[in-house]
Amino acid sequence: MNRRDRRRFKSNAMVALMIVAVVIAVLPLLFILGSLLVHGASSMSLAFFTRVPVPAGETGGGVVHAIVGTLVIVGIASLIGVPVGIGAGIYCAEYPGSRMAVVTRFLSDVMNGTPSIVVGVFAWTLIVAPSHHYSAVAGSAALAMLMIPMVMRTTEELLKLVPNSLREAALALGYARWRTTLSIMLRTALPGIVTGTLLAVARIAGETAPLLFTALGNQYLSFKPNAPMAALPLVVFSYATGPYEEWHRFAWAAALVLIIVVLVLSVAARLATRQRFGAARG
Amino acid sequence: MVEAVARVQTEKLTALYGKFTAVKDVTLGFAANQVHALIGPSGCGKSTFLRTINRMHEMSIGGWITGSVLLDGADIYGPDVSVIQVRRQVGMVFQKPTPFPTKSIYDNVAAGLVLEGGRARAELDEVVERSLRRAALWDEVKDRLRTSAIALSGGQQQRLCLARTIAPEPEVILLDEPTASLDPQGTQRIEELMFELKRDFTIVIVTHNMQQAARVSDTTTFFYLGAMIEHGPTRQMFTTPTNEQTEAYITGRFG
Repeated sequence: MNRRDRRRFKSNAMVALMIVAVVIAVLPLLFILGSLLVHGASSMSLAFFTRVPVPAGETGGGVVHAIVGTLVIVGIASLIGVPVGIGAGIYCAEYPGSRMAVVTRFLSDVMNGTPSIVVGVFAWTLIVAPSHHYSAVAGSAALAMLMIPMVMRTTEELLKLVPNSLREAALALGYARWRTTLSIMLRTALPGIVTGTLLAVARIAGETAPLLFTALGNQYLSFKPNAPMAALPLVVFSYATGPYEEWHRFAWAAALVLIIVVLVLSVAARLATRQRFGAARG
Repeated sequence: MVEAVARVQTEKLTALYGKFTAVKDVTLGFAANQVHALIGPSGCGKSTFLRTINRMHEMSIGGWITGSVLLDGADIYGPDVSVIQVRRQVGMVFQKPTPFPTKSIYDNVAAGLVLEGGRARAELDEVVERSLRRAALWDEVKDRLRTSAIALSGGQQQRLCLARTIAPEPEVILLDEPTASLDPQGTQRIEELMFELKRDFTIVIVTHNMQQAARVSDTTTFFYLGAMIEHGPTRQMFTTPTNEQTEAYITGRFG
């Protein structure tokens, strides 16, 4: 084999290895989607999306209470988590050397690695125990705590990617510091921050553990933030571990809905933040 | 040399980064409606000096000054002076073109204007067009004002930045190696523009390019190791410099 052939062989071998790696990375996702469709799609009907569960043993009913619950709980969590996360991220990017930023960055990395059930216990201690009842807000608080470090680090990293020359150009033009940060730096990094934030929303939408002893779950449709509320992951959890065949099918279908909600969120966000000028995306 | 009334005058200006002195004790005046070139080897302090004139130096880590910089006789480092106001009077164009990537060509030029607010649409249109014409960019972009500014070539981007800088009508324009990242054609366009623009503005340009300094400027100042070595009319500086170091630098023996 001459040198050129050897090189070509090496190149092809490496490409083949990469293809194998990609397949291994994507296969689980395809299997998950596939089995969810196979097991869950048959249970999906109009009633599934519009009705609350019926008593065990009866057929029919739906999970509208959990769909609404997930939207409410995740919605409130985002209302808390997104502003705090983005604000903290801006601070760390604008004052990178300050002691406060160094500490915040370290703590948020620790938070990122904290098991979500620990955060659930914390929210229980913080809100459920003193108020003597489970509530959707407690669940939202737990999810927000998980969300803040993710949003914060994404925001900081993306702001750091904006060239400093843009900041100087804005300041030299007579922009105040706050306006430079908001209308130049943040604006330039925005598509990436929105994408990162939505990934965080999608991540927490699927969290089960922090909701177990905060939002608890509810058999009925509820809009009250200070009362127990159902959520899709909780429904999947309780139905999947239940004794009835009907429940198992519901768990599959609920899982499928959860995936679809997350998917729709991500796609919608991508479309909404599509760059006006087709510039680089985060 | 004595100039009647300098538009920009520095008095014993020393610029520092923490404890490091980048510019030492410079007293220097720039007359209005002329092009003033600052030359010297890399690290000689000429860019730092330039950045003290619009108070951008203090945005650098550890940046501070002693002495003073007078704009039309008023100290821009005075206690009641608004930094923002100073930067509106003293515009700046950087070495690398810096169009705002999220803004259109039009919005880039208008970026400094909308800060004041309260301008009618028609007036804004007019200023944007006039600024682009003065930067010799209008004919190339008039049909795509609403498109991305970063789709322009490097030379066009730099002229866009020039248009953005002159739109709010500053008195002084600082150019920090404005042609260092441009091709010869782009460089020529910018140099030609300086002759036009000095009618309305006072221009201070930092350049590494001897020929450029000789071509475009009325006065030249030579910096070396943070000190101002020599200052004078450009022709005199390039033909009969009084200082040996100036002569050595200009003739290419060092730097």
